[in-house]
Amino acid sequence: MNDIISQNLTVLIKNIKDKKISSEEVTKSFIKKAEKAKTLNCYITEDFDSAIQKAKKFDSKPNFKCKLPGIPIAVKDLFCTNGVKTTAGSKILNNFIPTYESTVTQNLWNEGGILLGKLNCDEFAMGSSNETSFFGNVQSPIDKNLVPGGSSGGSASALASNLTPITIGTDTGGSIRQPASFTGTVGLKPTYGSCSRYGIVAFASSLDQAGPMAKNVKDCALLHEVISSYDSKDSTSIDFKRNNYSELLTTNIKGKKIGIPKEYRVDGMPIEIEDLWTKGIEYIKECGATTMDISLPHTSYALPTYYIVAPAEASSNLARYDGVKYGFRSEGENLIDMYERTRSEGFGNEVKRRIMIGTYVLSSGYYDAYYLKAQKVRKLIKSDFDEAYKKVDAILTPSTPSSAFKIGEKTNDPVSMYLNDIFTVPVNLAGLPGISIPAGLDKKGYPLGLQIIGKAFDEQNLLNIAHAMEEKINFKNNIKEWWIK
Amino acid sequence: MAIDLKTVKHISKLARISLDDEKAKKLAGDLNSIFEFIEKLNKLNTDKIEPLTSIAETTLKLRSDEVKSKNIRDQILKNSPNENKDFFVVPKVVE
Repeated sequence: MNDIISQNLTVLIKNIKDKKISSEEVTKSFIKKAEKAKTLNCYITEDFDSAIQKAKKFDSKPNFKCKLPGIPIAVKDLFCTNGVKTTAGSKILNNFIPTYESTVTQNLWNEGGILLGKLNCDEFAMGSSNETSFFGNVQSPIDKNLVPGGSSGGSASALASNLTPITIGTDTGGSIRQPASFTGTVGLKPTYGSCSRYGIVAFASSLDQAGPMAKNVKDCALLHEVISSYDSKDSTSIDFKRNNYSELLTTNIKGKKIGIPKEYRVDGMPIEIEDLWTKGIEYIKECGATTMDISLPHTSYALPTYYIVAPAEASSNLARYDGVKYGFRSEGENLIDMYERTRSEGFGNEVKRRIMIGTYVLSSGYYDAYYLKAQKVRKLIKSDFDEAYKKVDAILTPSTPSSAFKIGEKTNDPVSMYLNDIFTVPVNLAGLPGISIPAGLDKKGYPLGLQIIGKAFDEQNLLNIAHAMEEKINFKNNIKEWWIK
Repeated sequence: MAIDLKTVKHISKLARISLDDEKAKKLAGDLNSIFEFIEKLNKLNTDKIEPLTSIAETTLKLRSDEVKSKNIRDQILKNSPNENKDFFVVPKVVE
């Protein structure tokens, strides 16, 4: 049984297709593993009984033409699942049962995937450590009392601890790449408009993207080709030719030019991260690609821009949670009082903080000074990338400015928490694809990731570069299953 | 620029989030440190820059306006925080 759960997706699919194992066996193995891993607090909602029924149904009439034949998958609890509770990690949605399915999860089920359950995340995906969830923080499988990163922390932790063979997350400012980096897994934030936002609990609509998380680049490529689709139900979904990324995947990246942006060499960055980046540059050269120093001059303005744009959009998106039609309600003396009590008691501190920032920057008299200003700087940040891509095919940076930190270490200092996303946020502002791949361990044995940023809609090259580097890096994760007594 | 308690109270009204004085004070502190960090943008001259309003450079597509969901009235009402099975109920708004 232990054998099954440690198999990567590609191997699992082959074994299912060869009828060496059944979907039921696979599903039960992951469920058994999850039942011993409650300490990690990965799941908000388990859908195990239903998963076993679906697996049996698959086995009775297997369709091996599917891309995910009978593969059980746990997903971030930000994706609406028809008939299965969807909370977004918030008290205000703690009893919400969607009457519709998100397009991205529907794509998984259409290809034979089976829902295992819903994974913990920061409340409304606002956080970098999974500590803002109403359902409690998630433990990292890497070490006790270590954050798995966020906001897709439950996804990263479940994947790294073999509770699910693959998973999906969402990334508004780094919420897939940063937890992937912290847990030694692979996480892709696709180009804005690649994956439908329909049925995903909205945080900041001009930045939100769903994306795959997996144990290796090939699995990630396969999962991406399943979830990426044009969808008329999302007005910003883009109709472009999508590849069968996993089939076209190659480690041949000869002649590619990779940019190294000097502005990502930030003050106070640990020497281990510097060294990792230098090693990454060597790996790229060994793969037959070349590197080139480039400049992204407005990099240091990305985080302040993000902390205007994202809260502004969030304050508008979260206005719908008023206790009237669904979710938590706190009764009041009159309608307004009910709204105010519901929102005060239903939202956690970080969400309230961001709604307040957003409301302030959009309020009368401040709009031009903050929101309009931020949109202009966002243009400059995007132009930096446009300029760079005239010279290079992709860009290599560290994924995060440090390895994972301890639970509670940054909770009292919001700005220091925000700084964790310094390398990932510019990618969302520019709408580009970015991938984090595990690249080494620091002296504590904690994983460190490298980020590759691609041109818009160029996921194939991005995945190829990641795949080539992965082969050179030959990463081995350091997980000792401390949670199993 | 410092955000005072009065401003915090005003924003909380706009955001429809009730705050007691203690929470408002804490939040004022947090917001000030965040805005101090955001003020960095003022160092940039952006007079001639066009704002980026949408990252997806597409025009919105039109579609026919038709009902596609099946009869899910009961399921939707089941999510309502009140007990009534036929309507969403809120505190009295018209005297």
